[in-house]
Amino acid sequence: MNNGAGVRVAYALQQIINGVTLGMIYGLIAVGYTMVYGIIGMINFAHGDIFMIGAFLSLMGLTVLSALGITSVPLALAITLIAACSIAALYGWSVERIAYRPLRGSFRMAPLISAIGMSIVLQNFVQVSQGARDLNLMPLIPGGLKVMEEDGFVVQLSWMQVAITITTLAMLGIFTWLVTKTPLGRSMRACEQDLKMATLLGIDTDRTISLTFVIGAALATVAGMMFLLYYGSINFYIGFSAGVKAFTAAVLGGVGSLPGAVLGGLAIGLIESLWSGYASVQYKNVAAFSVLVVVLIFMPSGLLGRADIEKV
Amino acid sequence: MSALLQLTGVTAFYGAIQALKGVDLVVNKGEIVTLIGSNGAGKSTLMMTICGNPRARNGQIVYDGEDITRLPTFEIMRRGLAQSPEGRRIFPRMSVHENLLMGAYGRPPAEASQDMEQVFTLFPRLKERMAQRGGTLSGGEQQMLAIGRALMSRPRLLLLDEPSLGLAPLVVKLIFGAIRELNRTTGLTVLLVEQNAFQALRLAHRGYVLVNGAITMAGPGAELLARPEIRAAYLEGAH
Ligand SMILES: Nc1ncnc2c1ncn2[C@@H]1O[C@H](COP(=O)(O)OP(=O)(O)O)[C@@H](O)[C@H]1O
Ligand SMILES: [Mg+2]
Repeated sequence: MNNGAGVRVAYALQQIINGVTLGMIYGLIAVGYTMVYGIIGMINFAHGDIFMIGAFLSLMGLTVLSALGITSVPLALAITLIAACSIAALYGWSVERIAYRPLRGSFRMAPLISAIGMSIVLQNFVQVSQGARDLNLMPLIPGGLKVMEEDGFVVQLSWMQVAITITTLAMLGIFTWLVTKTPLGRSMRACEQDLKMATLLGIDTDRTISLTFVIGAALATVAGMMFLLYYGSINFYIGFSAGVKAFTAAVLGGVGSLPGAVLGGLAIGLIESLWSGYASVQYKNVAAFSVLVVVLIFMPSGLLGRADIEKV
Repeated sequence: MSALLQLTGVTAFYGAIQALKGVDLVVNKGEIVTLIGSNGAGKSTLMMTICGNPRARNGQIVYDGEDITRLPTFEIMRRGLAQSPEGRRIFPRMSVHENLLMGAYGRPPAEASQDMEQVFTLFPRLKERMAQRGGTLSGGEQQMLAIGRALMSRPRLLLLDEPSLGLAPLVVKLIFGAIRELNRTTGLTVLLVEQNAFQALRLAHRGYVLVNGAITMAGPGAELLARPEIRAAYLEGAH
């Protein structure tokens, strides 16, 4: 292998590492879209904004804890994660109660319009209360691992990326266990497969749907915190682009499929990162959104999706 | 005998269409009662209305002395009713085992596994298919699973909507035998909807005939079976 090729390989490897990290974040958000769609057949457009609120809550939590003099980074992160998830879960629950439940059984477009309205409300709320400018966080987990060096080009795996990957995999592990092995998970799947039958078995389907929003919001909050730690900078608008990308991931993976959502997230993360690395950073969002259009046209049931799901 | 379920003047609508036109019906404790009627008579609607979906517009439904007419479906079901509904409604992407567990929703796991053994004694076929997805079972197996799932809640009143539909005579015999056995040994009360009137009336203690959303005849199974108008309307060709 000559030197030029070596650098190219190293460069590609770096893009892949970055892409996987991003993909983890998108995957976590995508799980929330897919779960809600599976149960009530609607796209929760406010989900990306819950992610954004999760990022803001994390920033506030970390700021407060550092003001209180808590210097242990793992401790601060753990406390913040739990607090932010709980509060964001409350947001997720309220969104469902206020904007969606009253419209259940109404005409098809009603909850969709309500979802878009909810998204605007949440964005404006954060814009007004937190300001429209970027808020920053200094890097909390510095340093990293030198994976390889080729002709002066160093491939870095930052500890932050390791932390994001491990956290995401842990969350997905817990979530998968919850869905496949627990009575709550079974009742969620029962609601997804046949809502009417689920009520005939004594399941309080309204409660199950609420819990689905709560869990989805908690996962989105973890993603929001990872986003904050990774980029170190957030604003009230991050929910839109991350939300559309995660939605794309869910569609790409097959709406309704949990492994599909994670796989789709990884794919979108990689596409975005490789596009930024080889084509143009400015057009990275265009790349991700083009995937959405192409998938919707040519592969509407996605990679792991079921053909029987009707698309909006 | 005391009534476990009593319907008085129950009506039900789908939008502007009236599907039930003032139904009076009683199921006593320990009885097998069958409801027969031709396609579209409103049998499934009646079964679902008892469970609160669609909700009765007029009249009253009393279960075990309690007025359940206005309760939400899941609350009604938690009071000891179980339904094996029209079309079976097996969860297609859950295993047989998980489908059965769904029937025991909200009950302690130890009791559930005990009841599952009883279901397997009744339908050994289901045990062989434990890990198979519900959606890939044959029609007969799905019917057994639907009944088994309903039994997993240890119900006091079992509602069965056309358990014989589309099944081979041998499987129908097996299923009807299981219902009779359960009723005899455990005193389980059953409301059975059937188009296949001959076997249903032979199995049941009493029967009702539903025509166009209204009860037109009622009486002991053997008595209904002997009536010429029943033979003419519902038993053509069946013996
Ligand atoms: N979901 C529904 N929406 C509108 N009409 C319905 C619905 N379900 C049943 N019906 C109508 O109600 C009447 C009774 O149907 P059903 O209770 O299914 O009868 P059966 O079970 O005796 O065949 C029929 O005319 C049927 O077309
Ligand atoms: Mg019917």
